[in-house]
Amino acid sequence: MESSTAQATPQHNSQPGAAMEARNLRLFYGEKQALNGINLQLLDKKVTAFIGPSGCGKSTLLRCFNRMNDLVDNCRIEGEILLEGTDIYAPGVDVSELRRRVGMVFQKPNPFPKSIYENVAYGLRLQGINKRRVLDETVEWALKGAALWDEVKDRLNDSAFGLSGGQQQRLVIARAIAVKPQVLLLDEPASALDPISTLKIEELIAELKEEFTIAIVTHNMQQAARVSDYTAFMYMGDLVEYGETSLIFTNPVQKKTEDYITGRYG
Amino acid sequence: MVNSMRQWWRQGEPWIWLNAAAVAVCVLMILGLLMLISARGMSHFWPRPVLQVEYQQRDGSRVHFLGEVADREKVPAQILRDNGEAVPEEVLQVERLLLKTGNRKLTGKDFHWLLEPRIERVDMPRDAMVVERHEWGNFYGFLLDILQDGQRQHLQGTALLEALKAKVKLAQALYAQIKHIEKVEIGGINYEMERLRLKKRRHELDGDLTPELLQQLDEERKALNARYTELEKARNVLLEKSTHDALLFRTSDGREVTIPTRAVVRYFQPNAMDFGQKIHHYLAKLWEFVSDEPREANTEGGIFPAIFGTVIMVIIMSILVTPFGVIAAVYLREYAHQGLLVRIIRIAVNNLAGVPSIVYGVFGLGFFVYAIGGSIDQLFFPEALPAPTFGTGGLLWASLTLALLTLPVVIVSTEEGLSRIPKAIREGSLALGATKAETLWRTVLPMASPAMMTGMILSVARAAGEVAPLMLVGVVKLAPTLPLDGNAPFLHLDRKFMHLGFHIYDVGFQSPNVEAARPLVYATAFLLVVVIVALNLLAIYIRNRLRERYRSLEQH
Repeated sequence: MESSTAQATPQHNSQPGAAMEARNLRLFYGEKQALNGINLQLLDKKVTAFIGPSGCGKSTLLRCFNRMNDLVDNCRIEGEILLEGTDIYAPGVDVSELRRRVGMVFQKPNPFPKSIYENVAYGLRLQGINKRRVLDETVEWALKGAALWDEVKDRLNDSAFGLSGGQQQRLVIARAIAVKPQVLLLDEPASALDPISTLKIEELIAELKEEFTIAIVTHNMQQAARVSDYTAFMYMGDLVEYGETSLIFTNPVQKKTEDYITGRYG
Repeated sequence: MVNSMRQWWRQGEPWIWLNAAAVAVCVLMILGLLMLISARGMSHFWPRPVLQVEYQQRDGSRVHFLGEVADREKVPAQILRDNGEAVPEEVLQVERLLLKTGNRKLTGKDFHWLLEPRIERVDMPRDAMVVERHEWGNFYGFLLDILQDGQRQHLQGTALLEALKAKVKLAQALYAQIKHIEKVEIGGINYEMERLRLKKRRHELDGDLTPELLQQLDEERKALNARYTELEKARNVLLEKSTHDALLFRTSDGREVTIPTRAVVRYFQPNAMDFGQKIHHYLAKLWEFVSDEPREANTEGGIFPAIFGTVIMVIIMSILVTPFGVIAAVYLREYAHQGLLVRIIRIAVNNLAGVPSIVYGVFGLGFFVYAIGGSIDQLFFPEALPAPTFGTGGLLWASLTLALLTLPVVIVSTEEGLSRIPKAIREGSLALGATKAETLWRTVLPMASPAMMTGMILSVARAAGEVAPLMLVGVVKLAPTLPLDGNAPFLHLDRKFMHLGFHIYDVGFQSPNVEAARPLVYATAFLLVVVIVALNLLAIYIRNRLRERYRSLEQH
């Protein structure tokens, strides 16, 4: 199997701690196996990019980290994913609590039909935080963190739908970081945006990794090269190669990886 | 040519025309119906000229009629010949007109059919007067004088009219006072007395009627009785005051008639009115129609209780049906396992909408009124038995029956709305740590609320026009009291009520005076349409405001 050749930990010298770790993760849609025994660590306060051709399972893998696949009918998962040493698929795990600690941003901006302020405060209100002062502070902090504050500070009570696509995506990121997760999963966050908005999101990711562990799925290899510290290349449900981004893009070990990043297929 | 024809077919042009034609026919039919009922109904209140007709009867004698033309029609001459009329051979049709002559108390008839050829002379006397009365319908005649305690005052011309105005105004003020005492104050006392009686009976049934309690109840009743006596005295004084004045009239056939001023609702001289006065009269009549209570077996006066009953029933129905429908739809769409059972339930719900409404009425009568209402009476109102409280048709049961009738509409449109919420929105909420229930409550349901409102709009439209089931579960021809009044607990869900739809049926088909009632049928139908449109506009306004807030569906 290809996965057996993939390294569980990337090659590097000073090894930081792993924020999350998948161990022999297998996922089935009914009879069909979509992930074949993935072993992978998301390193603390680093950006890990998942690349690979369409349908290789990179989004599926990402959604395993906060159990979004639970929503899919007849989806079955074996193996384990550890968050601070506990398996998130163990019985008795509070999924809501897990998703609060492992936030997610989707391909298309999906703001709620509420004001900008209420969008960011949504996750806090879910936790029962309703004190105006705390909310104000956190909303401002999150919007600043998502590099959106200066653009929206005068219209916090306007509908979030009045924002541009790029602004909406940054709003959604602000919404995700407002609950102060440990890990942030980004599922092709810039694929629906224009180049300028994409650039802003990429700059934002570089800033966010100071505070959060980030995993990003992307179709765009230049983007992966620009924003990530580590890159995982996936193909047909296998983790083919995983390593420091600079190594993967300059000196891939696997033939498949080389073919993909040089554009032979994908 | 053939090519262009084929081109024309291929582009679907004929189908577009066919669709447009179908829409045009629908619009024309709806507009036609609305114009018919509004024209027929609304023209009823316009003051029509009063004609004095000299008419030759079959035996050759002459009579005079005074009245307004209510209808005209052509009858085949043969029918008249068969009835023994002498109609010349060459005449095929004879026109006849229906004259509303009023004066039912004198002649026993409100209307007379007059054959055109036998009318000798028609004129429009300026001093002909129409008097609307509280009882006995309209009076048509000529004012001669005013009587005070039976004495003629020998007034003439403008002095007479001035005096008439003052006297009628006085009488109407007294009438209003008497009515207020009788309806509101004495009505309130009666309501209290009944409550005391029921309280006493209740304690009797429970076996805890202590002498102290009995004495207390007695004292309360005595106090009420004392107040009643006072009120009665006050009313009798007013009544006595209102008996002094009377009006002396001459009818068209020369008889002298006395009408007490307190019987007068309104008087007018249509032949002497200018356009402004006619408009004033029209508006006053229209206002009376929408704001007053019916008189004379519903053929005169207003239909306010029916409007009120319709509106309040529809509102209660909406309050009942919306939560039930929404909860059912949420369960079916969000929680239930989408298997065979849910599909069967969905089909059953959709088919419920096709059940004839009278079946709902029968179900409402059997289940709500007799089973549930009967049990409620046994448990909570045993003191009133054998008179039923909830064990008979009433506002609550009528609203519930209609809620059942319109439930499928709300379920279907809410499900539709829920299925249109983008998955991304749900995932976004779940990814922030919301549970499924929190996601539903905070995001999905608010976003689906315009769809719920659409369901409610459709159900309101359906419920407001429904009559058949209501006849079984609480609508009556004439309700003595409104379901909402000043006596605690203010909203009386057990009371019977009036309804515009049933009013149309009753006035149009059950009335003793069909000719008089026909314009009212049109007017009532028009008003029913207006009420339904108003309720719908209100709901649409609310929905559009919600849509503004949750516009994401159009965005994505």
